Amino acid sequence: MDRNQSRRQVAAMKQSLFDQGLLDEQFIQLEELQDDANPNFVEEIVTLHYRDSSRLITSIEQALKERNPLDFNKLDTLMHQFKGSSSSIGAKKVKAECNLFREYCRAGSAEGCMRSFQQLKREYAALRKKLEAYFQLARQAGPQETACRSK
Amino acid sequence: MAIAGEIFRHNLTEFLDESPQLHVLAVDDSLVDRKVIERLLKISSCKVTVVESGTRALQYLGLDGENSSLGFDSAKVNLIMTDYSMPGMTGYELLKKIKESSVFKEIPVVIMSSENVLTRIDRCLEEGAEEFLLKPVKLSDVRRLKDFIMKGKVKEGEKRSLKRMRSIDGSPPLSATCSPISLPCDPSPSLLSPLSSKKARL
Repeated sequence: MDRNQSRRQVAAMKQSLFDQGLLDEQFIQLEELQDDANPNFVEEIVTLHYRDSSRLITSIEQALKERNPLDFNKLDTLMHQFKGSSSSIGAKKVKAECNLFREYCRAGSAEGCMRSFQQLKREYAALRKKLEAYFQLARQAGPQETACRSK
Repeated sequence: MAIAGEIFRHNLTEFLDESPQLHVLAVDDSLVDRKVIERLLKISSCKVTVVESGTRALQYLGLDGENSSLGFDSAKVNLIMTDYSMPGMTGYELLKKIKESSVFKEIPVVIMSSENVLTRIDRCLEEGAEEFLLKPVKLSDVRRLKDFIMKGKVKEGEKRSLKRMRSIDGSPPLSATCSPISLPCDPSPSLLSPLSSKKARL
């Protein structure tokens, strides 16, 4: 595949992620921080986000098991961190799910929390899969022409 | 008269050529956010120190009561950017500690938060925070902050240059040679106005 074709594919894939409402402006902001010296900055940040997320998902799962009663404060705090991390990479839909979960926490609805958490995990997994494909394609296509960053 | 002007310009150029780098201390418990803020600041040509908690920040500054003598000279921090919601010491508590310190209270402190809570913003600004930034923080936010802090530094540099000048030829500097840079004045609360407070945008 020639380079231009690869680049077009990458651009199309990225556009699709935006069109599906999975990513927001923050993702673009992160891309603008890339340069020749730091060509994979976004992927590095997203990888750190996965680390955070895995840990938080495990903690939330554990906390949801400790019922009678559920510790909504703890759940809210954990989800606040998850939301922050998601927001920092531009994960729009996942962030929305986090907000929903927190609303259920505030309403004291165990049922709501469980349901929205299942949904959140699905959204997170879906985004992760798509981003992994995106970064793989981007790496193959080679570094994109980034605008000259004047110091 | 011309000579005095030349000396002034030379001294000021010297100062500006040294390009004193802004040293920013960033505090955030989130690894992702620490990496992002570090990148934002480095791209903006700032020297960056990132720590993960308020406690560590105080340790770095030498304010933790243990090695308070070492703190300031080695740190020379020009700006502190801290997350609001952190376990242990919150950004607000860190802000208070800094403003209570006779050594560090002049350092501008900026609070970052993902939550747009008016009472929270008010509290922070009342406690002396320079600005309250909504996360995720953007490059434009950092650039604006840097410009604001640098303006303060140039004024400081001018004061020093003018003092040096006075001691050279004993006469006061001529305002005609100083344009477009304005003469130093007292740092007043009006310095805050160039920064559009997030509060005003709500």
